[in-house]
Amino acid sequence: MRIAVLLKQVPDLVEEFEIDDAGTDIDREFLTFLLNEFDNQALEEALLIKDATGATVDVVALDDPEVDQALYTAIAKGADRAIKLTGANGDGWLSTHARAAVYAGWLTGESYDLVLTGVQAADDLDGQLAPMLGALLDVPHVSVVVGVEAADGTARIRQEFAGGAISELDVSLPAVVGVQAAGAEPRYAAIAKIRQAQQEGNVDEVAVDPPAAASGLTIRRMYPPEKSDRAEMLSGSEADVADRIIALLRERGLVQG
Amino acid sequence: MNNDVFVIAEHSDAGLTDATFELLGAARRLADAWGGQVVAVIVGNAGVAGQLGSADVVVTVDAPADYTSEAHERVLAGQVTSRDPRLVLMSMSTQGLDLAAALSATCDRPLVSYVVGLEPDGDAVVATAQIYGGKIMAEVVVESQAAICAVIAGSFPADAGRGAGSPAVEAADAPALDGLRTTFVARHAPDAGDVDITVADILVAVGRGIGGEDDIELVQEFADALGAPVAASRPITDNGWLPKSRQVGKSGLKVKPRAYLMFGISGAPEHLEGMRDAELIIACNTDEQAPVFDVAHYGTTVDLFDLLPELTERASA
Amino acid sequence: MIATLLAVEGETREVFEDINLFGKVVFYVLSFIATALFLWGSWQRITKYRRGRPAGRIRRPAAAPSSNGSAPTVADTVPSNGQPSKLHTVGTIAANSTVAKRDRSMGIAHFFIFWGFITLFIGTVILTIDEDIVKIATRQFGEERSFFKGVFYAIYSLVLDTMGFAALIALVYMAARRGLFHLPQLDYRRAEEPAGGYDRRQYQLGDQLFIGLLGLVLVTGFLHEGFRIRASGFPDFEIWSPVGWLIAKGVSGAGVTLAGSDTIRTVIWWVHAVLALSFVAYIPYSKAMHMLTDAANLVTHDPTTSRRLPAPDPAAGHLGYQTVEDFTWKELLDFDACTKCGRCHVVCPAAAAGAPLSPRDLILDLRQWASTSSGNVTLLDSERRPEPTGPLVTDGTLAGDVIRADTLWSCTTCMACVAACPVGIEHVPTIVELRRSLVEAGTMEPSLQDALQNIAQKGNSFGKSARQRAKWTKGLDFTITDARKEPVRYLWFVGDFASFDDRLQSLSQTFAQILHGAGVDFGILYDGERNAGNDVRRVGEEGLFEMLVEQNMEQLTAAEFDEIVTTDPHTLNTLRNEYPGFGLDKPVKHYTEVLADLIEAGELDVGALGSTATYHDPCYLARYNELTEAPRRVLRAIGCDVVEMPRNRDNTFCCGAGGGRIWMDDSGLTERPSENRIREAAELDVEMFVVACPKDFTMYTDAAKTTGHDASLRVVDVIELVAEALDRQPALGAAEI
Ligand SMILES: Cc1cc2nc3c(=O)[nH]c(=O)nc-3n(C[C@H](O)[C@H](O)[C@H](O)COP(=O)(O)OP(=O)(O)OC[C@H]3O[C@@H](n4cnc5c(N)ncnc54)[C@H](O)[C@@H]3O)c2cc1C
Ligand code: SF4
Ligand code: SF4
Repeated sequence: MRIAVLLKQVPDLVEEFEIDDAGTDIDREFLTFLLNEFDNQALEEALLIKDATGATVDVVALDDPEVDQALYTAIAKGADRAIKLTGANGDGWLSTHARAAVYAGWLTGESYDLVLTGVQAADDLDGQLAPMLGALLDVPHVSVVVGVEAADGTARIRQEFAGGAISELDVSLPAVVGVQAAGAEPRYAAIAKIRQAQQEGNVDEVAVDPPAAASGLTIRRMYPPEKSDRAEMLSGSEADVADRIIALLRERGLVQG
Repeated sequence: MNNDVFVIAEHSDAGLTDATFELLGAARRLADAWGGQVVAVIVGNAGVAGQLGSADVVVTVDAPADYTSEAHERVLAGQVTSRDPRLVLMSMSTQGLDLAAALSATCDRPLVSYVVGLEPDGDAVVATAQIYGGKIMAEVVVESQAAICAVIAGSFPADAGRGAGSPAVEAADAPALDGLRTTFVARHAPDAGDVDITVADILVAVGRGIGGEDDIELVQEFADALGAPVAASRPITDNGWLPKSRQVGKSGLKVKPRAYLMFGISGAPEHLEGMRDAELIIACNTDEQAPVFDVAHYGTTVDLFDLLPELTERASA
Repeated sequence: MIATLLAVEGETREVFEDINLFGKVVFYVLSFIATALFLWGSWQRITKYRRGRPAGRIRRPAAAPSSNGSAPTVADTVPSNGQPSKLHTVGTIAANSTVAKRDRSMGIAHFFIFWGFITLFIGTVILTIDEDIVKIATRQFGEERSFFKGVFYAIYSLVLDTMGFAALIALVYMAARRGLFHLPQLDYRRAEEPAGGYDRRQYQLGDQLFIGLLGLVLVTGFLHEGFRIRASGFPDFEIWSPVGWLIAKGVSGAGVTLAGSDTIRTVIWWVHAVLALSFVAYIPYSKAMHMLTDAANLVTHDPTTSRRLPAPDPAAGHLGYQTVEDFTWKELLDFDACTKCGRCHVVCPAAAAGAPLSPRDLILDLRQWASTSSGNVTLLDSERRPEPTGPLVTDGTLAGDVIRADTLWSCTTCMACVAACPVGIEHVPTIVELRRSLVEAGTMEPSLQDALQNIAQKGNSFGKSARQRAKWTKGLDFTITDARKEPVRYLWFVGDFASFDDRLQSLSQTFAQILHGAGVDFGILYDGERNAGNDVRRVGEEGLFEMLVEQNMEQLTAAEFDEIVTTDPHTLNTLRNEYPGFGLDKPVKHYTEVLADLIEAGELDVGALGSTATYHDPCYLARYNELTEAPRRVLRAIGCDVVEMPRNRDNTFCCGAGGGRIWMDDSGLTERPSENRIREAAELDVEMFVVACPKDFTMYTDAAKTTGHDASLRVVDVIELVAEALDRQPALGAAEI
């Protein structure tokens, strides 16, 4: 069984975000980039399958900012191979449509049984990768997945729905899966191991053509949401305050009537 | 392409979801602006068509009762391609996450996800998306082509989509569903046992300000009236007044409910870490300096012992 | 006096008395067997120690060049300052002062047994020299000579009798202490195992056999002496053996005849000889070996290893410990040195809090495991289990199966065990090495993993943006010098908690105001600073520690300053003791030292607060860095009446947050260490609980609330009190505080 895990770097959300001069994108200069948390879950799920079945796990990424760190970390955690597809990234944001097109092109020449990636990422403005890739490759795809049990030619997949209900599905392989949560907390890679992987430098770089596809969206502007810093204080008697609180909940459809 | 707006209706065991009505309400404004119709599409379960009163047309398509992305995608792609509406609205639920991007690829239509606002602008739709974990809003136009928008639940009032009416119900032909590579096996209800506070819409959270175990009752009554579980800060679970599974924060659970109501919690960073992403935070704390008011949207310094009975009374009314 | 002395001239006794040639042969054969067994057992032990790595205790390599081209390891380059001289250590051993520390009566008892047996041993050696060397040698040259007679013999007799008797009394005390006192330190029950999961009766039997054998050797010795004196008809000079004399009197009083005494004497001689020889043979297989291992262990003990943890062995090929060969010989010796005295067990905050850790059991488990895996033979003195778990594991992971992960994660690295251990065992470095194995395997709880990941990605455990580190300075009405741009006298290394914790930021601001007001030239590294890595290292994440050191050293090397000051004792420890191994060559001070100096130099005009306070010594100041007086000087200077808690200074009690515990879940504890401490303080009649560590402020504020003492006991940092004392002096106060 061969598994590919697609990784993507996203800006660290704890940073303060600023908008660029054109007003249509974030200013990336001072941002730090981290592995999309759901891709990390996907990697963990793949490694769990590896532990259980001896599958090989390859991690694949485009040339996102600080992506080498994520690839080396994946190797330190037990991934067998790391592949970086170069030549697709421009300066700024790369749409999911473009990513999906690049991956679809590359994957067509490979023979993976399972492609795992995160269910979503914080900058998926034009949609999520897993379903799009499934459609482009014409293979089954399932998202919001919380468990994958792979056997020869098929996988038993657990898909989560609102409120915690779970569907169990069987899909024939190859398939693309969008992982919400792995069966275990993503494992820890000791920094010494990551540094060792870094020193060994085993990331295969594969040049790909710039993507033909684009999102088809025009971003008119980006802006930070207006924020009221401190709470708006509700004053008056306890009865007044209670009225206000119930009204606030009612506005949001959280209390009936 | 016509000027219609598609709403992909979703139903759960409890019937049509609130999100479906939210989409219907939003669709109405756009369809009116463009002079098109609101077309609700419902896959499988044609029985709920009667509840979609605010649509102009309800299209029902037969499909296996149990949802799989592959079957539903094939059905919806057929409808979108054949009817070619200007805009398709879906909710960012499991189905939305499963299907929207796939439809975007198969039907070759641009997709905007994380949408919280929709406005018509001439023939185009202007969508406002909430990206980077809510830190940035992006205003996006889809001019040239027909579009798909995946909308975050809670972005539009559901009431606007609950209008009564008698839309035309059309039963569309289902496409051939052979050669499917995905098979439904089983469905499991959420684990019974103690409440899972991470999935609740509203949480009523209690902190050390409550004083003693006996008074937890006061909070429980209000929570019951709202149909919400009680969450807690660590001292409460440490003391065994509530189970550990109710603890929010660093060493507890991270929650993101639509409303988080806090009583007698000071707002220590370890607690805030677990709940600061809640959509609406209302805090009751007698100390006006309490750090909790830095993250709360609304606050009050009324004594919780005075406030809770009032709230319970109103919520159960 | 002189007459009596003269009377003993020429008097002596026969060593073998009337033992015949056959008897002598038997005795020498037995002696030979006993010696052989002793040597074989000792060699087995030594073979085990030789499996261990070098420990750099005998002679430290002078700045060994690093083999792999990476940063030199701390152990390589740091001079062993803080390590007492060997001569001093020998004095300590001779005086038994480590045993007497914090347990006077035990120390005295041990002193007498220790010196009693050494005297008796020396006595035997003298006899051997006289009998087997002097006599035989002189016989070759004609007349046989002996020095074992006359005045020498009288003094010899008196000294041996007295010391032997004192040892016997001490042994009786020891036995009573074990049997009757029910001391918590001698309770061998384990914290983390159900009662049926293990069996430690062998330990008790081993203890009893040890004390019993010693006692019997003494008793038979005295009895023999008594019967000998009776049998020889009370010669005058035997008055110099007072115990024997009294027994002889008793024996004759009981009507034992001269001839009868002679027979009994012969029997007792053999019993005594066999017991004594058995004891010699028994030593290397039992608790008795502590007589040898402890002396060796104390001589090679380096009390600084906890404060300056050894770097991992680059040759090992893995992190942490997996096999016996991974340990240093000193650690293997540590395990054999443990006497199960339990002092570490009773001071350990983890054990007190009901966590699954006892430093004593950790050492005993490692000993049993290391001895079994090295084929050492142990008589009694080991644990049995129905299942091969814990120390009985033969094929399993060392960190995880032999020593449970939750045991290792329970340690706060407070160093109380190391400070308490009378025999120089260094628990903390061993625990950290075992944690390194856990980190390599990724065995840790999610909250710790989050913290480490945050530190790796953002340089702080809070997961906040690295660029926000100096955000707390925004609240000041002056700008703190950027030490990366301008030279300063003090470089203030702020630390994570003081920078990012909302509750502590105001303390940081206050400290900045105090320094500014006193006109002190200081600066900070702003967003150039990273977590200093003290606790990261103690968690066992050495790779991350090295990364942090590299990042911080880059900033520190670029900045110009004379001294470092920090409010955080943990940061202080690593900067002061570990960073020098990576090139830092500036003094590192705690803020209380700076404040004490400023106040005493009159640079800060403080008024008197006039309140009563108790001061909590942070482990990383008091035990790790012997820094106990500066905060007390400050408190006295601002007019606080300092009342000490029973556990103070290097006997302080840990708040529970050290060693990375602050990042782990502590809800499973029966009583948090911080709550235990607050209760201790609440016993005193004081208004304030004064802390000098940012983590302590949060830990104790919380603990005061959970224990219900928050109304009567104010938890307050020294910084805040100094600021209040400055307010008392508005007219004279330094600038705009
Ligand atoms: C390592 C670590 C991990 C931690 N993890 C967590 C965690 O996961 N979750 C967590 O919650 N905490 C956690 N804590 C504890 C945290 O630091 C705080 O101690 C805790 O959150 C405080 O709980 P609280 O707000 O309920 O209590 P308090 O801080 O005591 O606050 C009680 C509040 O109630 C208010 N009040 C009192 N009476 C009334 C009244 N009549 N009406 C209205 N208001 C009133 C008071 O003004 C006060 O602000 C952790 C701490 C540490 C050190
Ligand atoms: S360092 Fe402290 S917590 Fe750790 S074992 Fe020793 S006494 Fe216990
Ligand atoms: S480790 Fe030291 S203090 Fe602890 S029981 Fe052994 S000898 Fe005593």
